Amino acid sequence: MTALPHHLTYHISGGEEHVLGFGDADNTRKILIIPPLFDEMNRVRRMLVVAMRDLAARGVSAFLPDLPGTNESVASMPEQDLNSWRTALALAAEQLGATHIAAIRGGALIDSCLPDLPHWRLAPVKGASLIKTMMRTRIAGDKEAGITTGMDDLIAEARISRVELSGNILNLKMIEQLTAAEPAALPHVYAVTSGDGTDMIAGSALWLRAEPQDDAVMSAAIAAELDRWSASCGG
Amino acid sequence: MNYNTAQTEAIIRSILSDLLGLSPMQVMEMDSDTELFGAIPELDSMAVAGLLTEMEDRLDIVIDDDDVDGELFETFGNLVSFAKAKVSG
Repeated sequence: MTALPHHLTYHISGGEEHVLGFGDADNTRKILIIPPLFDEMNRVRRMLVVAMRDLAARGVSAFLPDLPGTNESVASMPEQDLNSWRTALALAAEQLGATHIAAIRGGALIDSCLPDLPHWRLAPVKGASLIKTMMRTRIAGDKEAGITTGMDDLIAEARISRVELSGNILNLKMIEQLTAAEPAALPHVYAVTSGDGTDMIAGSALWLRAEPQDDAVMSAAIAAELDRWSASCGG
Repeated sequence: MNYNTAQTEAIIRSILSDLLGLSPMQVMEMDSDTELFGAIPELDSMAVAGLLTEMEDRLDIVIDDDDVDGELFETFGNLVSFAKAKVSG
């Protein structure tokens, strides 16, 4: 039977954020999924949700929280930075009773909430790579409009007010934190990447594509892997 | 890490496959004359942004955007030559 989604919330200072949940409330394993950041989040959302539904069928709960300023959130995106997202995720993990944390791509830059829980990471990425691609995309877009922009110009713009990159309005703090951010060294981390081989998830790097896509093979592989991994450590 | 020519070429093929959603067969068939920009609709100027960053990450190189011109993306051969020069340089 196809699992129906639960529309949940978690409370943060100043409001509530939406959480998409799957699985019975009495499941012992509850995985908090931390999505990729910015446009990579949109590209993999459907693939992740299919994996979560599959996990629920295996008796494992999965929660996908909105980061403040994204999706259904009423919080202002330009006010956010990596620290505000880390704080929000720590609250989400606690309020949802998460037993495990699974982060995808840039999610691994903000997954240090509840550091003692077991962490799983798919294709973790440095913040510098994310911000560089976003800047390059903006520069390419400007160039098509006949405007010459350089990376230094974008930083200078952010210093004065905020800068728009790939549809996200970012403040200087967010840009500086991203530039320096690397996945944190935590006590229990298991990292995998996409591809065919040991410690790899079958499927394609959907987060790199131009448009959101689906990948049933990858969803099934993620669900099977998260089920195996979460059973092997705690919960 | 310093990649040899064959490894560099294989990495470029896997990046193109991941980024553009091309099948392993399609990228294996590419040779130095295969046209890229303008010939593969998925490879537009936005995809080029991701291509440069993936090349940096997977080949462990730094690309100065001032070094990048349109010619680089014209053919598979041009892209591989550029990457090889960066890897060995």
